[in-house]
Amino acid sequence: MTISEKILARASGREEVQAGEIVKARVDVAMMPDLTAILSFNAMREMGRDHVWDRHRVVLVLDHVSPASTLNAARVHREARRIAEEQRIEHFYDVNAGVCHQVLAEKGHVKPGTLVVGADSHTCTHGALGAFATGVGSTDMGAVLATGRIWLKVPETIRVAVDGTLSGHVTPKDVVLHVIGEVGADGATYDAVEFSGGTIEAMSTSGRMTLCNMAVEMGAKTGIVEPDEETLAYLRGRAEGPLEAVRNDADAEFKEVRPFDVGGLEPQVACPDTVDNVKPVSRVEGTPVDQVFIGSCTNGRMEDLEAAAAVLRGRHVHPDVRLLVVPASREVYMDAMNAGLLRVFAEAGGLVCNPSCGACFGGHIGILAPGEAGLATSNRNFRGRQGSPEAEVYLASPATAAASAVEGVITDPRGLR
Amino acid sequence: MSGMKIRGRAWKFGDDVNTDLIIPGKYLELTDPREMARHAMEGVDPAFSERIGSGDIIVAGRNFGLGSSREHAPLALKHAGAGAVVAESFARIFYRNAINIGLPAIECRGVAAAVDEGDTLEIDPASGSVENISKGTRLVSTPLPGFMVDVLSEGGLAPYLRRHIEEWLR
Repeated sequence: MTISEKILARASGREEVQAGEIVKARVDVAMMPDLTAILSFNAMREMGRDHVWDRHRVVLVLDHVSPASTLNAARVHREARRIAEEQRIEHFYDVNAGVCHQVLAEKGHVKPGTLVVGADSHTCTHGALGAFATGVGSTDMGAVLATGRIWLKVPETIRVAVDGTLSGHVTPKDVVLHVIGEVGADGATYDAVEFSGGTIEAMSTSGRMTLCNMAVEMGAKTGIVEPDEETLAYLRGRAEGPLEAVRNDADAEFKEVRPFDVGGLEPQVACPDTVDNVKPVSRVEGTPVDQVFIGSCTNGRMEDLEAAAAVLRGRHVHPDVRLLVVPASREVYMDAMNAGLLRVFAEAGGLVCNPSCGACFGGHIGILAPGEAGLATSNRNFRGRQGSPEAEVYLASPATAAASAVEGVITDPRGLR
Repeated sequence: MSGMKIRGRAWKFGDDVNTDLIIPGKYLELTDPREMARHAMEGVDPAFSERIGSGDIIVAGRNFGLGSSREHAPLALKHAGAGAVVAESFARIFYRNAINIGLPAIECRGVAAAVDEGDTLEIDPASGSVENISKGTRLVSTPLPGFMVDVLSEGGLAPYLRRHIEEWLR
């Protein structure tokens, strides 16, 4: 069996399952952000249950509009706090914690071999820790809250085999954008995408999270990486209890194996309006940008901020550009502060904002006006995603974003003067 | 399940209609589906919610509903009046969400070419039949699995589970 088949077999109390079967599985962790939580609890009540099946397994994070920037958001947050208290939710994180996926990982809620569902499409991020993690809507989440169970079709697995050493300023984000450009926005619909190969083995957990985060942009049910020593090292001191690395069986069957050699890869950019419209940076260099956003569950971790700071140290943001830097969580914010990175961003003329999802989905923090172009390290560039439907969004790595902020146009960080 | 046939006018959309187009992120703060409905398809056609009639059918190309897990997307369409969505293919979270809230989502190859805007369609989710009454043509898609037909016929997963929760827990 593949990792996904093994996890879903265990979760559904079976010896063995095969891709294509529909199973009813027991959920280990159910995560909700603010904007989908109320609908989820409403659904639970419609199902005839007044209380969550297990208050220790529910994680609620106020992150999408944090702190509240509108009256509606304030009402949603007030209701979420009320529900958290009423349901005695053990793991409730208020607006000071950070983006849900970063919080979930760094607070140790995700362990290898577990089934994680989240009412946010980027829940697939947690495959980076060897969990089967998938995004669901509010009604599915309501069923989980009511019963602890979810029906799932066991996915086939596409193995993305990545080899080659990444050269300076070429990052996991460039790898995953390149892969998405090749596979396409619906090339992995219903499948699990497993990232494997020498490049992944040498990659940090942070980088693996960047890869798995964007699996959904190929239509995938989840991204996943075989847990290894790096995974266990990341989790020690975070997750409680024993850690068991569930790996592929030697005879695991894959739908497809897609090899990628990233040895000579140049930085990549996803151009408007689809995530699979990916080009090497050299083909879009010189495109003017009005706003650069560095952050999100894709690229808002220390490694990402370090890559951006390495470019920005001693340089200035172009006068025609707004640079927004949004650490993904309070922990990242504190680490970046202690390492002096926030000072680098501020001295360069950037705005350091509080951890939130706002800038990524056009909720708040830096909305784009009609006719403007934004370059972001986040995961979606759909029309209207970050403000006006007449604005354009480009996606790139933190290094490319920082270099572009300095020059005011899309810039290859490797060639910065 | 013969009682589940849906008849309505077709509204056509292209490939890759994502959840930000179906309902932009700034409306995620809404929790009342009737308010969401006012912004249905706003990213493609800001007047759509006023133009669509009750029971009308959305016809689209490939990968309909890609992107976010926001259930606001199918809820906005349903409460704006949509009786069903028929597409060449769906993104998986939207597809699950649509069925779960009781909005029939029918994957039907060839539908984009076989239907013009304004055609009257009749759809039977249980058999997979998509009939173009205006043109006198008929396509047959893969029928929905029995479990999903049951969920749809009870109006969605919430009413379904309200009746069948003990069975679900076994």
